[in-house]
Amino acid sequence: MPKSDAPTASGRQVPLVDYLILGSDPHLEASECTQCQARFFDRRNACASCSGTEFKRVRLANDGTVRAFTIVTFAAPGVPVPFVSSVVDCDGTSVRANLINVDPTPEKLSTGMRVRLTTYSLGTDDDGVDAIGFGYEPV
Amino acid sequence: MAENVWILGIHMTKFGKHPDKDTVDLASEAALGALSDAGVSMKDMGILAAGNLMAANAGIGQQLQKQIGQTGIPVYNVANACATGATALRTAVMAVKAGEVDYGLAVGVEKLAGAGLLGAGGRTASEGHKWDPKGRYGAVAPLDGRVGTETMPGVFAQIGMEYGHKYGGTSFELFAKISEKNHAHSTLNPLAAYTKRMTLEEIMNDVMIAYPNTRPMCSANCDGAAAAVVVSDSKLKTLSAEQRRRAVKVAASVLTTDPWEEACQVLPNVNSLTRNAARQAYESAGIGPEDLNLVELHDCFATAELVHYDNLMLCEEGGAADFFNSGASWRDGKTPVNVSGGLQSKGHPIAATGIANIWEVCTHLRGEAGPRQIEGAKVGLAHVIGLGSACGVHILEKAA
Repeated sequence: MPKSDAPTASGRQVPLVDYLILGSDPHLEASECTQCQARFFDRRNACASCSGTEFKRVRLANDGTVRAFTIVTFAAPGVPVPFVSSVVDCDGTSVRANLINVDPTPEKLSTGMRVRLTTYSLGTDDDGVDAIGFGYEPV
Repeated sequence: MAENVWILGIHMTKFGKHPDKDTVDLASEAALGALSDAGVSMKDMGILAAGNLMAANAGIGQQLQKQIGQTGIPVYNVANACATGATALRTAVMAVKAGEVDYGLAVGVEKLAGAGLLGAGGRTASEGHKWDPKGRYGAVAPLDGRVGTETMPGVFAQIGMEYGHKYGGTSFELFAKISEKNHAHSTLNPLAAYTKRMTLEEIMNDVMIAYPNTRPMCSANCDGAAAAVVVSDSKLKTLSAEQRRRAVKVAASVLTTDPWEEACQVLPNVNSLTRNAARQAYESAGIGPEDLNLVELHDCFATAELVHYDNLMLCEEGGAADFFNSGASWRDGKTPVNVSGGLQSKGHPIAATGIANIWEVCTHLRGEAGPRQIEGAKVGLAHVIGLGSACGVHILEKAA
């Protein structure tokens, strides 16, 4: 798995998840089955679609379309609410992510809206490492 | 040809809060009720399949046996998310079908009153000290709330929204109207946890949990149990005329999981596995959706009920909103759905739900549903789905 704790002016960065690639051009990567092209974000033992065991890394489009969303106003303890959970279609690959930089109200949100990947800081840990999260914002 | 299988006896406890009863008390009440209803005893049973999810490692089947009869028979403890009850029943059905036993007992029980959000993991205490990649995603922090939602109301909200995006015709109000129907139906069900009719305004103005699902549009966590005794065709023929008259034929018993599809690991796909289960069940029973007199489906959220109209082929593909708007799923409609009040008002003690849905259908087929009886009911379908995913569909038929 590529690691992205690249040094920056303010110190080191680490992505929220392995499949978020940081640097000057942040984007998501998936593992793609070389046999059937099924795509996955997690570490794989084999392909859920064809049971193949060969994968390659592929870059996802940064732009997408919201296929489903919900505004979560009641969540587990410690999870800040409200937040907007969504499924974004990025050129045929579905991504689960929050919609950010948008009012969490039904009036401001709709399925079919165009969005783009963006990153934000989750804060630094005791070693000064900055964790970077991702979400999609309206284009 | 494998044996036909019949439900000889079935029972459910009242759903709701049972602070004075533990899991074994509730399971015992349901099991003894089903045995009594069947006119048989624990000594007749060849297999016990017991479902419980929240304490799945506790061996509920053996605990139950120790209270109601240790006869040394094989016990299967099953856990299969919200399809646990249906899986327990199917386990007993398979044993009878295989010819291993003549009688099987299936029980589902859950203590859930006061449980919070299911599926919500919460945050770890160490967060903020060190960003340390963990798990299959190499995540440095819990993902719930940061990378979408992992809680059930939000997941099923998105499933409903996705259906609307694909086919159109949905709105917050439409989903709320589905809930209005189920709460209205519940007023006729004395075993439901909640039997209060609610207006559309009350439902829409209640606490929003995950748009477009407000609190009354979500299944109610509660305590409860249900149990069924199944019997082989050949054994049933030796029983009394009254037992044969009240027996309900298991015309189809199907369990599926979700096949691979793009996005199924991003948002659980509750559609394909339900459609596959329904197709197999209709084929196996030789019965079509147009023949159903009532349906108990897994309305864990109002948004879920809508998509399952489509998945169970109660309407043409994409026609779920029109199907509901036509009044078809009200108790006086073409295909009454959730006349029990559904999970939204009857309640959802997870492992009990699968058998409770079957109890509701059987009770109508026997003509014993009292004021909420669907007159002349001959065939019904019971459906449950558990995320992960597992889907159980049973088609039940009145004895000829």
